[in-house]
Amino acid sequence: MTSAPLGYLATDGAAASPVTALAWGLIGVSLAVILIVGLLVVWASLRRRGAPSQKETDDNLVGRPASGLAWIYGGLAISVPVLLISTVWSLVVLAQVMKPSASPGLTIEVNAHQWWWEARYDSPDPWRIFTTANEIHIPVGVPVRIKLASSDVIHSFWAPKLAGKMDVIPGLANATWIEANHPGRYRGQCGEYCGLQHARMAFYVVAESPAAFAAWRAHELEPPDAHPSPVAARGAEVFAARCAACHTIRGAEGGGLVGPDLSHLAERETLAGAMIPNDRSHLDAWIRDPQGVKPGALMPAVRLTQADRGGLVAYLESLK
Amino acid sequence: MADVALPDLNGEGSGALQGLWQAKPGVLGWLASVDHKEIGKRYIITAFLFLVIGGLEAEMMRLQLARPNQTLLTPEQYNQLFTMHGVTMIFLYALPMLSGFSNFLWPLLLGSRDMAFPRLNALSYWVYLFAGVFIYSTVLIGQAPDAGWFNYTPLSGKEYDPGANIDVFALGMIFLGVSTTVGALNFVVTLMRTRAPGMSVNRLPIIIWGTLTASVANLFAVPALSAACLLLWLDRGFGMHFFDPAGGGQPLLWQHLFWIFGHPWVYALVLPAMGIVSDALPVFCRRPLVGYTAVALATVTTMVVGFGVWVHHMFATGIPPLAIAFFGAASMVIAIPSAVAVFAWIATIWTGRPVFKTPFLYFAGFIALFVIGGVSGFMTGAVPLDWQLTDTYFVVAHLHYVLLGINVFPVIGGLYYWFPKAVGRMMNERLGRWSFWVSFIGFNLAFFPMHISGLLGMPRRVYTYGAHLGWDATNMITSVGSVIFAAGVGLTLINLVVSRYRGAPAGPNPWDGSTLEWSVPSPPPPYNFRRIPIIASRHPLWEARLNESPERSVLDSDLALDHGRETISTTSLDAEADSILKMPDDSLAPLILGLGLTVLFFALLWRAWWPAGAGLAICVAAVAFWLAPTADPVPAKERARG
Repeated sequence: MTSAPLGYLATDGAAASPVTALAWGLIGVSLAVILIVGLLVVWASLRRRGAPSQKETDDNLVGRPASGLAWIYGGLAISVPVLLISTVWSLVVLAQVMKPSASPGLTIEVNAHQWWWEARYDSPDPWRIFTTANEIHIPVGVPVRIKLASSDVIHSFWAPKLAGKMDVIPGLANATWIEANHPGRYRGQCGEYCGLQHARMAFYVVAESPAAFAAWRAHELEPPDAHPSPVAARGAEVFAARCAACHTIRGAEGGGLVGPDLSHLAERETLAGAMIPNDRSHLDAWIRDPQGVKPGALMPAVRLTQADRGGLVAYLESLK
Repeated sequence: MADVALPDLNGEGSGALQGLWQAKPGVLGWLASVDHKEIGKRYIITAFLFLVIGGLEAEMMRLQLARPNQTLLTPEQYNQLFTMHGVTMIFLYALPMLSGFSNFLWPLLLGSRDMAFPRLNALSYWVYLFAGVFIYSTVLIGQAPDAGWFNYTPLSGKEYDPGANIDVFALGMIFLGVSTTVGALNFVVTLMRTRAPGMSVNRLPIIIWGTLTASVANLFAVPALSAACLLLWLDRGFGMHFFDPAGGGQPLLWQHLFWIFGHPWVYALVLPAMGIVSDALPVFCRRPLVGYTAVALATVTTMVVGFGVWVHHMFATGIPPLAIAFFGAASMVIAIPSAVAVFAWIATIWTGRPVFKTPFLYFAGFIALFVIGGVSGFMTGAVPLDWQLTDTYFVVAHLHYVLLGINVFPVIGGLYYWFPKAVGRMMNERLGRWSFWVSFIGFNLAFFPMHISGLLGMPRRVYTYGAHLGWDATNMITSVGSVIFAAGVGLTLINLVVSRYRGAPAGPNPWDGSTLEWSVPSPPPPYNFRRIPIIASRHPLWEARLNESPERSVLDSDLALDHGRETISTTSLDAEADSILKMPDDSLAPLILGLGLTVLFFALLWRAWWPAGAGLAICVAAVAFWLAPTADPVPAKERARG
């Protein structure tokens, strides 16, 4: 299953594992039912198959030889207990995954947008609150509470290796929880049709050891490099003049809230809702022609000279 | 041969009946016809055309999805295609096709000369046709509905979808709802009033139970959709906020209204089709259906429970666990009546002597597909598992096994079965078998791998997908299978057209069937029965051979009823003769009312109030014309009393 990053027949967290066992169990029951009924249909059909002549037709019209009702009683006697057991099992699993066994060690507010994900790490200390996008870092072995909000239409938060879906509905305060057993990058995807780029509304949950997570969190709060290269310095000016109406980089000029927060952008592995890799050429293409890369995306094509765009890319790449 | 002497088809009186019931020649006569058989055939042909259109839409999507990262279609084109595919198949194919079968068959099965309200029947067809054209009208300006057949708010609100896309959806659903509602009413009243004497409720064919159950359900379900669409239209056009959270509205309200309609509707799409199998399969097993009473009760039970499971479409919306646990358990319970039906069919085959004609193949194949669609539904009924399965291709696989397996396969089997009755010619058996095997193999090749795509995490309603997500192979197989399946349906289409002109003459009862429709000529005369039959059992044409009781049905009774367009009315449960109904003549009023509604709805779409008033005026005039009393052509004292 490693080749299917969104597959949920192999999972890695307490919110998902009991469900995965249930999935395999019910798949087994289902395949058995299909096999048995399929064989019965074939067997019943071939058993006394006839293509009678008209004379035989009269004889073949069986005057209720066997009522056949025993089939219905027998079928129900087998299928009803199976249904009941499956129902009870699924309700037990529901109780297991409804909420974590321990109280969540961390709460992240995830705000879904057409077509990207905003993640806000809350803290009792206001100066330690920060926001990032599309790559949600969590510590392993700890239940993490995800508070969900939508700023436009209905989306659904789904990281299948870690938990089932929870819809993100405007005007409604939904929440879910995830927990990762091992460090790794777990892919997520919007699970509810949300318009043009629903297909390309992915994200990653990045699970790290608690120490690595603490380091990441501390690093996120640091401002960008105070002494950028001349090219990157030009890029910073371009950003402030042309991009900051929508985007924020903590510690830099401006602070728009429409698009994703770009602080420490260079640390992310993907761009545009986990659609393309975060390297120089893709970043350049994305800024030059967002509609060509992701038709319908809400990021406009901002007209920049080649030099300005080069500076901007260099600046964004410096945001480690 | 048949045990009961078939009526003398050219006997005295049939000439008079022919004159009374035949449609007038010419285009106007055709447009004015209220003959249920004519209307049934129009329904079936129109629905088949929509099936072809919806199928072509599906093939375009499968071309796009055959490989990852393709750009044959833009996201907007894809979204319109998947929306129109769903709307077409669910609203414009699946139910109207079954309405076509039921319209054609009901009076023939019940021993009546027409439906209870023949003109209402014509209206229901015309409104269906015009609503279909209406819903497709904005395709021409590139603004077809694009928020899915489920059309969730707020994505379908003005802010996120400002074009005509959603207005045409909302108004089109209300428009089509008129057709569904009057059609359902007609079936319910027909069942209660216009059966042959002796056709008591325990002798009804199962397709009657299925259509009756579906019709009663539609009367309760369709208003929820019409109301939801009206509220949405008001939200979009008149600044109201029923579904707008910014104005205190609630997007979830749409989902509740939609699924309170949507889930019973799904059962309405399958129960009459299951009835086709329950009635026709036994003919090819040379015995009556096993467990008639159990199957009839299972049909009704499915629908009753079906009204209590709508939330299983909403497990992931954050509804409290106690509530979703209830709806999850109800969704499991609904499998029990389905199991009753499945075992009844298997027992019928097992204890019978199967005759491998094309309809039998389709019905036997249907049982297998029914079970696959059933168990995948059972999996999605498990709440925590549904949180993974929902909105993935697993659900796409499930719903196609259900809707194609339980609707399309019985429908095609039913077409092979009743085509000789409707047309008087047999369909080609060899081509029929080819069509079954090509369809069956293509179908499973297309849709079984979708389960795997879904379990590997592929979300629904995506215009494309990235490589290296593990879905490349299954999607390619699905696309190839979809073409094979389409070819199988194409073979049936060819068979239908060729057999219409070249098929071998069928005679009245080519399959040696047991029910009333096989007692009349093929195609049946406009008046159906020269004499109204008097029924003594569930199998009037098999009575002597089954010999269950000494009573025999009388197909050549003295109920001539030839003093004008007349049929008999009986009591609701026991079907004792009650009175003679005067049936209406052909009329253009239903067509004119339908056209008036069309003008009205197009005007509402463009928000052109004067034309809307004109459309309304046409409707009022048509209704007045319709209801205007006419001189009684037959003085009351001359009428025969039954």
